[in-house]
Amino acid sequence: MSGLQLLWFILIAVLFIGFFFLEGFDYGVGMATRFLVKNEEERDQVIETIGPVWDGNEVWLLTAGGAMFASFPEWYATLFSGYYIILFLILVGLIIRGVSFEFREKMETAKSRNFWNWTLFIGSILPPFLFGLMFTSMVRGMPLAADKGIYASFGDYVNLFSVVGGVAVTLICFLHGLNYIRLKTEGSVRERAQKLSKRLYPVLFVGLVVFAVLVYLETDFIQARPVSSLAILAGIVLCACLSAYGTWKDKELLSFLTTGFVLAGVVVLIFNGLFPRVMISSLGSSTDLLIKNASSTPYTLSLMSKIAFTILPFVLAYQAWSYYIFGKRIGLGKGGAYSHDG
Amino acid sequence: MSVLTLARFQFAMTTIFHYFFVPLSIGLALVVAVMETLYVVKKKEIYKDMAKFWGHIFLLSFAVGVVTGIIQEFQFGMNWSAYSRFVGDIFGAPLAIEALLAFFLESTFIGLWSFGWTKFSKKLHLVFIWLVVIGSTLSAFWILLANSFMQHPVGYSFNSVTGRAELNDFLAVIKNPQLWLEFPHVIFAAFLTGAFVVAGLSAWKLFKKKDVEFFTRSLRVGLVLGGIAAILTVAVGDLQTKALIEEQPMKFAAAEGIYENTDDPASWSAVALFDTKEKETKFSVEIPYMLSILGNHSLSGSFKGMNQVNKELHEKYDSKFGKDMNYYVPTNVLFWSFRIMAGFGTALIALAILDLFLLKKGWLMKQRWLLWVTGVCTFVPFIANTSGWLITEMGRYPWTVYGVFTVADSVSPNVTANQMLFTNIVFFLLFASLGAVLVYLIRKEMNKGPYHEEQEIKENVALDPFSKEAF
Repeated sequence: MSGLQLLWFILIAVLFIGFFFLEGFDYGVGMATRFLVKNEEERDQVIETIGPVWDGNEVWLLTAGGAMFASFPEWYATLFSGYYIILFLILVGLIIRGVSFEFREKMETAKSRNFWNWTLFIGSILPPFLFGLMFTSMVRGMPLAADKGIYASFGDYVNLFSVVGGVAVTLICFLHGLNYIRLKTEGSVRERAQKLSKRLYPVLFVGLVVFAVLVYLETDFIQARPVSSLAILAGIVLCACLSAYGTWKDKELLSFLTTGFVLAGVVVLIFNGLFPRVMISSLGSSTDLLIKNASSTPYTLSLMSKIAFTILPFVLAYQAWSYYIFGKRIGLGKGGAYSHDG
Repeated sequence: MSVLTLARFQFAMTTIFHYFFVPLSIGLALVVAVMETLYVVKKKEIYKDMAKFWGHIFLLSFAVGVVTGIIQEFQFGMNWSAYSRFVGDIFGAPLAIEALLAFFLESTFIGLWSFGWTKFSKKLHLVFIWLVVIGSTLSAFWILLANSFMQHPVGYSFNSVTGRAELNDFLAVIKNPQLWLEFPHVIFAAFLTGAFVVAGLSAWKLFKKKDVEFFTRSLRVGLVLGGIAAILTVAVGDLQTKALIEEQPMKFAAAEGIYENTDDPASWSAVALFDTKEKETKFSVEIPYMLSILGNHSLSGSFKGMNQVNKELHEKYDSKFGKDMNYYVPTNVLFWSFRIMAGFGTALIALAILDLFLLKKGWLMKQRWLLWVTGVCTFVPFIANTSGWLITEMGRYPWTVYGVFTVADSVSPNVTANQMLFTNIVFFLLFASLGAVLVYLIRKEMNKGPYHEEQEIKENVALDPFSKEAF
């Protein structure tokens, strides 16, 4: 394995971290439109917190997909064709969600508006669950044939471990979104978000314990890399504790950052455990897909590195700037801090 | 139905649907940017109202464009995994660069622009929309770089050990002559699309005599931009045809409906009927000299017919791909698509010039039939764009990468026909619904007009049963 290949393996992880950290709270806010708000006005209020930024956050996913295609075409091809139906459902979720933001605002009757409220909700809860399901079943191992294609049955995709993984990612995204709402709103929604998360943290801790046990039973992470895997798990738990502490002590920024770190930790755990593979075969390690033989040529990798390291700083800078610009808290009622028309 | 057929159908369906909104969004972004520039320069409030009003429609189009675009990126891995493996070393890079360079720029600054009317200085706000235009243009550049490689592969070598194509000269991929014809043609056509939609919808409102000043100004902006863009699109298209004769003779011969080699000078078929089984033209109405003028820019010159090209392709590729290959492309689709595309393109230029002349003279409002025709032209760019892609993509058959990798070898081996059928059905229903909702919403925006909010406030005061005045 060359340094370039390792670099791109890390970069793909970084892109997924960016995606889950940023788009994670967008999904959480989307879930909150059902589980937190009491009326349409409050729904507008929480949606407004992500209105200007959610689209930019979603680009992290497109970049991760494109970068995977460019740097590890074999991985991209195996993963995307192997998870055909799962990715299709993710796409459906992303499609109905993406148009909901515009469409719900433009609807005139309560009924049609409500329809697009529901699509926004479904489109916010499906992708995190399915991504969780996908990555969890991926590290458990999939039947990889000699032609590098996955020929799997239902149980390979949907099993106890992968469902727990899907629920865990969904729950963390939801908490992440609630923390974001606490950070970005004022009034009763903010207080209720705090109350609701206090009830959810115990569930999260139980979930993390179950997930950790299943990681031990279902993957070779702990056996093959005991030190790093356990250290990352400990880090995840520590961040979850800090996040809970921030919720009880009214430290919103701490809560928000640490739920983001929990999501990042899960991605790091997965990539750390995958190494030096990119796809784990359940039919024996001879058909594993490895970093060293799934990547593009050194020429392409070094070209992509130059391009990525030139552009990414700018991207981070203007995205951060847009968060800074939209830093105000959102109150209740129309014509809040930012509406489409100013 | 085989997996291959279903995968091809899905690619056609998703691309066509996605491409309704891509040029609309790119073009509308430009129109809105120009309107806002007029506002900042001329300081007239009406230009701000125009930028906002058309901005609403732009945002609607952009939303549907984005969500249908996600399918495009995932589709290569999902439906065409063998293709992705073969060509990922080259083809993945532009997609990644497109996301890094263009998508981030577009989405971030659209957020800042649409939510930032009151937060920023006029000039900074104007910079945002221009950054969106630059972002969407860059996006077009990189994705067309990928498509150009498929049409005309350069800067790569074949690695016989891994059985994959490998990039060895990125500069050559960027300098690909195909790209420097395809990109301007497509981007001008996109500008044309947005501009003519604005012109067409404005003409429709003028036909109904609504908000005359507002829509007259919008019509003028749309026609000027649309007219310039249409002229450039057709001019580049002409250069493309010349290149096509050299690079992809089968595509050219099918688009012109030539089975047998032409005479010198060559005449041009305006309409024709083909027997695609017997490989011959049944009937055609011909204009002498015209094909030589169009394809060779002179009064002489002959062109190879499909039967001749087919022979040459077999000679060239049989050793590599076997004797059973079919190199004929769908003649009827290409022939008619080309006529629709070129005919509409030319018609739009004429219409823009005529409308602008009458507008300058102040006679346009009296020519109600012409307003009606201009209104109908709202839909014309979409038909022309779709025709253009049908020629480009169907004319590439039987290859995904021209002369290197076949469509049949590209499809995912592990996806079943049932799965593919299921996703096709769902996507189709989803697209039909999204399209219907979008058309409904744009119609609603148009019916409300640019000044409905002020009217609504007045009406609400008058009709509110719980207001103080009502008791």
